Amino acid sequence: MIWGVLQFPGSCDERDALHACEVVGGEARLIWHGERDLGGVDAIVIPGGFSYGDYLRAGAIARFSPAMEAVAEHAAAGGPVLGICNGFQVLCEAGLLPGALLRNEELRFICKQADLVDGEGQTLSIPIKHGEGRYYAPEEMLDALEARGQVAYRYADGHNANGSVRDIAGVRNERGNVVGLMPHPEHAVDPLTGSTDGRQVFEALERLAA
Amino acid sequence: MARARVLIRPKEGILDPQGKAVERALPALGFEGVGNVRVGRMVELEADDPEQLGELCEKLLANPLIEDYEIQPL
Repeated sequence: MIWGVLQFPGSCDERDALHACEVVGGEARLIWHGERDLGGVDAIVIPGGFSYGDYLRAGAIARFSPAMEAVAEHAAAGGPVLGICNGFQVLCEAGLLPGALLRNEELRFICKQADLVDGEGQTLSIPIKHGEGRYYAPEEMLDALEARGQVAYRYADGHNANGSVRDIAGVRNERGNVVGLMPHPEHAVDPLTGSTDGRQVFEALERLAA
Repeated sequence: MARARVLIRPKEGILDPQGKAVERALPALGFEGVGNVRVGRMVELEADDPEQLGELCEKLLANPLIEDYEIQPL
């Protein structure tokens, strides 16, 4: 298993993402955003941060980088892609995932541990840290996403700190190989930092690559 | 070279917490009776071909899922 972790100017979680990939198993490589060739990696992780300074809208400019063209091809071929926080915003802006991320309801940057519930009903304790994490999609799109099982993660009761519609913390594309979420599983892979539940998010991606 | 101004606003019905925060601050300054505050963005630019501005807005300046835009020639 070879993981590729994208790095944009302004990314800041790529080191933890590389570490998380290695903890789950396999080799992890950093891929600069200017690369048009992903070098044959099996799965892609787009990490958190503030790509291109979050200018205009979070993720709006990063989507035009050469590496994102390659990511779109990888995704179209069924390759697994995981977008975390800013990576989720980039995937939404690129049209690889449905919906958009807006300023938090309370306008504050939030940084704390949160409980998520995955598709199987398991609760995961994973940190959130973002200023623009309020998931939004029009009602009819939300109904369609739910009907097709595209809601990958929801905030547990009382843990939706940003005002996301229907408590949505993460979504997947229709095919299921592109997943994005606002919380940071890469910060929750070592008992030292309080939770190892984040591993499950990476393991789910690993299963998609198999 | 044509100059234009692009106004970008949050779509109607989408919660605009920035607008709400501004609205809540006004009474403290003695401004009563101001409501429905919406905060958007303005972009001024020069373009050789103004025809391409619509596509440019759709693809980059605005996110059509959450924002409306208006192009004003200057």
